[in-house]
Amino acid sequence: MKVLVSVKRVVDHNVTVRVKADGSGVETANVKMSINPFDEIAVEAAVRLKEAGIATEVIAVSCGSSQSQETLRTALAIGADRGILVECEGELQPLAVAKLLKAIVEKEQPQLIIAGKQAIDDDCSQTGQMLAALCDLPQATFASKIEYQNNLLTVTREVDGGSETLELVPPAIVTTDLRLNEPRYVTLPSIVKAKKKPIDVIPANSLDVDIATNLEVLKVSEPPARKPGVKVGDVNALIQKLKSEVNVI
Amino acid sequence: MMDKTLPQFGPRESMEYDAVIVGGGPAGLSAAIRLKQRAASEGTEVSVCVLEKGSEIGAHILSGAVMDPIAMTELFPDWKSRGAPLDVEVTEDRFLFLTEKKAYKAPNRLLPECFQNHGNYVVSLGNVVRWLGAQAEELGVEIFAGFAAAEVLYNDDGSVKGVATGNMGINKLGEASANFQPGMELHAKYTLFAEGARGHLGKQVIQRFDLLKDRDAPTYAIGIKELWEIDPKMHQPGLVIHTAGWPLDSDTYGGSFLYHLDNNQVAVGYVVGLAYQNPYLSPFEEFQRYKTHPEIRKFFEGGRRLSYGARAIAAGGLQSLPKLVFPGGALIGCDAGFLNASRIKGSHAAIKSGMLAADATFDALRAARQSDELAAYPAAFKESWLHEELYRARNFKPWMAKGLGIGTLMVGIDQLVLRGKAPWTLRHRHADHECLKPAKESTPIVYPKPDGKLTFDRLSSVFISNTNHEEDQPAHLTLKSRTVPVDINLEKYAGPEQRYCPAGVYEFVRAENGRDLLQINAQNCLHCKTCDIKDPTQNIVWVTPEGSGGPCYPGM
Repeated sequence: MKVLVSVKRVVDHNVTVRVKADGSGVETANVKMSINPFDEIAVEAAVRLKEAGIATEVIAVSCGSSQSQETLRTALAIGADRGILVECEGELQPLAVAKLLKAIVEKEQPQLIIAGKQAIDDDCSQTGQMLAALCDLPQATFASKIEYQNNLLTVTREVDGGSETLELVPPAIVTTDLRLNEPRYVTLPSIVKAKKKPIDVIPANSLDVDIATNLEVLKVSEPPARKPGVKVGDVNALIQKLKSEVNVI
Repeated sequence: MMDKTLPQFGPRESMEYDAVIVGGGPAGLSAAIRLKQRAASEGTEVSVCVLEKGSEIGAHILSGAVMDPIAMTELFPDWKSRGAPLDVEVTEDRFLFLTEKKAYKAPNRLLPECFQNHGNYVVSLGNVVRWLGAQAEELGVEIFAGFAAAEVLYNDDGSVKGVATGNMGINKLGEASANFQPGMELHAKYTLFAEGARGHLGKQVIQRFDLLKDRDAPTYAIGIKELWEIDPKMHQPGLVIHTAGWPLDSDTYGGSFLYHLDNNQVAVGYVVGLAYQNPYLSPFEEFQRYKTHPEIRKFFEGGRRLSYGARAIAAGGLQSLPKLVFPGGALIGCDAGFLNASRIKGSHAAIKSGMLAADATFDALRAARQSDELAAYPAAFKESWLHEELYRARNFKPWMAKGLGIGTLMVGIDQLVLRGKAPWTLRHRHADHECLKPAKESTPIVYPKPDGKLTFDRLSSVFISNTNHEEDQPAHLTLKSRTVPVDINLEKYAGPEQRYCPAGVYEFVRAENGRDLLQINAQNCLHCKTCDIKDPTQNIVWVTPEGSGGPCYPGM
């Protein structure tokens, strides 16, 4: 079974995100960028399927600037076999990414597509679902467990109030939740190997896909600063404050 | 840690290189680049790898910085067209002596050469290093970021064989977790240590080979820095301001820097010599207080702070420079201590020392040598402009250690009249950790509370350094004795680690049984190494945490 994993380059999760002074977006200059953590989980899931003898090939695909090659190298170091970069400059919104991925899916014909449930930069949680709709494929989002037997995928999903188990007939799309796995530490030899694995660079405009943005960002601003709390001496003082200052009782 | 897991999982895998370089800063990357350049120009191959404990190249780099491009020009004569991020030329130099309310500007004609910055560039060293990293990769250097060199490996004959990276996935108890990944051995014909000031492995190598024999004790300073975005009306790209005086008393060595970069950004920082005596002194709070001076605060009103960080600086100069080589490798950059304290500049020296060591390494490799002493490196250093520069500057720090008044006068005579060629060489007689006076002989210092706009506390500062360590791992700030922190540090010195640590790692807390306890918040650590230097009984030993832990500076 051929597995396609989509990965996105995002501001590293340890970085304190800063809004640009002019409010046009988030500062990314000189900021550490990494693979989206949910996508890292997706790569790990695919590689484990390969190690279990279920997947035959794991292909990592990313859409974005040439710097996304670094993100693909991370996926290759975890264990993906080859990478595809759909290269384009400028902003890509989820629908555009889903359309680009659809073109790659048509080309590669994977049996399973694994994506992160959302990217930690815009938190959209849309690309996987849009891709499923565009390709008319079954989907299981927010997966915390993936099993494969007799040409049937059994996926446990994290849903409000518990978990839900779905059976899907491949080809299918799965998006990963946090509990699916804990990605491995990459090793030095695997980084060296990853440098030698192939990455195909495909210009986005060669795919005959409309990637124009149809949403316009008007303004990005930081949330209002939280007011400092106070310590109260006893319950009466607390009730007094809730009544007189917070006006909730 | 190593010992516990090695029998269980060992032996470790290994990889072979001609040269392994520990640390992806200006010295390490320049050495790597130079090796590849030499190989390319002479049509041979040389395999080079660089280990960097930060999560990416530049993540742990912190410097002022004003850079003298002399060494960069030697490394890449065409650095400008290659797009090196040296964009803002110094346009104006100011040196101010501060009193609490006033500032006195030193006339420029009286400024010794070391304080003149024309022809230099205001840079983010983090960005310069990222650029160097990209150049190195292009030349074929293998850069492994996120991997800490945790251990020096030795051959049977005692020469350095290479280093081992730290284990990943060791839990708090020192046991292997499910994701455990053993460290790797990197074997090399020559290993260059470029960890920066007070390198954790450099320190071990210096001890093992007795490299400080007949040299002065190394001496250090702590530099604390913030990056600000200020009101465009107050911004003057290329303006460089240094101050001495307030808020430090005249017996404590230290001063500030304030550099205007581009994009309305200003780098501001404070340097305090770690030979200070009063255990109540807090470099962090001195820095915060300094920003409230009328001549300084005007730049920051209405601005916002973007980042924060700190790093120990080698300030011993020529007298404290260890022997640079040992069988199988060399110390470069501030792992040796090449910083010129009089110019508060070290990046040019780091690059130069890396190049000199690389030349010696390459020549040795070409002669089919390995694991011996690279004597050509110290010899070339002696003949270089860097030696000349450090020789002239050699008396600066020792004079300034005698107090601001006499220090300024004598540095003036030394530099302006004698041009650094004075017939005397002053010595550093004490290591920094020997300098603290007992608390009862010292005056407590009361620092003003932070206002959250111009001045801040430690925790909100550490937050914007993007510091992170994997939670489930043993503390990387180790204690030789568990009782010394309370029995000696707290009893005798009033717990100085609470004050000199710029990240709030050390906290004395009262346990339920009423006993005092040292709590170590290792997750906050900025990897500045100040505790390893200043702890009065040298009880605190800084070791490398799991790779990629630590700050993630956005171009400091």
